[in-house]
Amino acid sequence: MALFKLLRQSPWSARIGLAMILINVFAALFAPVISPYTETEIVGDVWMPMSTDHFLGTDHLGRDLFTRMMYGARNTIAIAFITAMLSFMVGIIFGFFAATVGGWTDLACSRFVDIMMAFPTLIFALMALSIVGTSISALILVIALLDSTRVYRLSRAVAMDIEVMEYVEAARLRGEGIWWLMRHEILPNAMPPLVAEFGLRFCFVFLFIAALSFLGLGIQPPLADWGGMVRENSGAITFGIFIPLWPAGAIAFLTVGVNLVVDWFLHIASGLKD
Amino acid sequence: MGQIIELVVKRVALGLVTMIVISLLIFVGVEALPGDLATAVLGQSATPETVAAFRKELKLDLPPHVRYFAWLGGFMRGDLGNSLSNQRPVAELIGWRFGNTMFLAASAAVVAVPVALILGILAALYRNTLFDKTISMVTLSTISFPEFFVAYILIALLSVQVVIFPSISNINEQMTFWEKIHAIVLPSLTLTLVVVAHMMRQTRAAIINILASPFIEMARLKGIKRMRVIVLHAFPNALSPVINVVAVNLAYLIVGVVIVEVVFVYPGLGQLLVDSVSKRDIPVVQASGLIFAATYVALNLLADVMSIISNPRMLNPR
Repeated sequence: MALFKLLRQSPWSARIGLAMILINVFAALFAPVISPYTETEIVGDVWMPMSTDHFLGTDHLGRDLFTRMMYGARNTIAIAFITAMLSFMVGIIFGFFAATVGGWTDLACSRFVDIMMAFPTLIFALMALSIVGTSISALILVIALLDSTRVYRLSRAVAMDIEVMEYVEAARLRGEGIWWLMRHEILPNAMPPLVAEFGLRFCFVFLFIAALSFLGLGIQPPLADWGGMVRENSGAITFGIFIPLWPAGAIAFLTVGVNLVVDWFLHIASGLKD
Repeated sequence: MGQIIELVVKRVALGLVTMIVISLLIFVGVEALPGDLATAVLGQSATPETVAAFRKELKLDLPPHVRYFAWLGGFMRGDLGNSLSNQRPVAELIGWRFGNTMFLAASAAVVAVPVALILGILAALYRNTLFDKTISMVTLSTISFPEFFVAYILIALLSVQVVIFPSISNINEQMTFWEKIHAIVLPSLTLTLVVVAHMMRQTRAAIINILASPFIEMARLKGIKRMRVIVLHAFPNALSPVINVVAVNLAYLIVGVVIVEVVFVYPGLGQLLVDSVSKRDIPVVQASGLIFAATYVALNLLADVMSIISNPRMLNPR
């Protein structure tokens, strides 16, 4: 109910953003139902123009582009979402732990994260993938671990502020363990900034995976994936066929949507603090 | 003065430590799966003899610490080992390409830095006007776009619809300076657009932050003219954050170049890195990764040092 009230007060930019996200989520969830063909089915000629049979034409192997876009939404968004969730779990656990325990643990974790953040993420990911290979689980693991350094920074800073509150002190004095403190005292109070950050990190991870797939090192064909589809069809553009702009545009569409909603969240989060 | 020198020395030392740790990470990363690596590169059907020869080639038969120092020492002398895929010395492969990458990045920076600073300062001075809101909307969407989307839109517009610039930026040593510039207009423009968006937003935030501080309000209340407040009071204090913004974005530019190079098939270090990753050509990956990392760390270090030096509060300690 509170959520509904919040939505009614939302600015128009956030509503547009929300609609943009919902379209994508819908496409991702119901990909097999909406799409007229199956993911890797070859249905026609190469790079056919738009028609009633093929809403967006066909791709470089003669597969229906609309179908590929729907399945692409499913694969790309799901993998980015799992990665962002994993990155948050790792980042929050270490961040809260460092803030609650303090001392040497905190110092060691923070220095390590400093050094990791001094290293350009894309280069690090490329090098890591050259060693562990380009399976989906390796991709998720490498990006989640790299990204968790950013989450660590934020959750540690937020937890530091909460950790000095009386209610945490009280819980500590009644003999609660560290895990309990993190779970029941710090986490609920750290939620607003973390939720906004989740949106931003999701965008970053999503663009990052798209970039890696575009470089041919992310999600591998024949799985449909927006970044990879841009790469596969990039040759079309020199013939004046704008097929690669569809998946590339879809990536931009989702990121703009998430950014609009995050802007609103950040606004609320800062408004509550004032 | 002593305080500044101490800060700068500390910062440089931290940068050095970072580089050492990074070189260790790069080394240990490859180290982590040596047996797997040999079979992964050579394939399942490799005979024990070829695996042994491969391990000798990568000097995997020596103890790790010896190899680390040999590798690092070689790196310092410019000996980067041989490429696994074509046996040519890595230094030879990298030298020319690194120059190309820097050329592309520099061409983007020359346009991006002044444009971004001017737009950022104007947006901060006239904030919440239509001008500011428009710019803010445009830059927010540019940031949300993947680099290759911007690149393909530019190709579609300026290379296919209207044929002005080439969509493939293949440059070589025989070309004159202006021919090279013509060849790299599109990749350079792509980078410029992306970097301007980031840099402009950060500049705006930094300037607004300064304009909101109490000493500016004090100057205004004293009745000093607006222009004078901006030039004499705001500007010296804004210098430090703005220099930081510029350097951080230049560091980003060096790395962002990777994707743009692949789109435009530009013979730069980024493309070499991506190719070598898919070929699992470990010596080339190690060397180009380390060069990218070193450039990135050096620029960030420069950003910190410059902003320490240009900070008026540091220059005039109480």
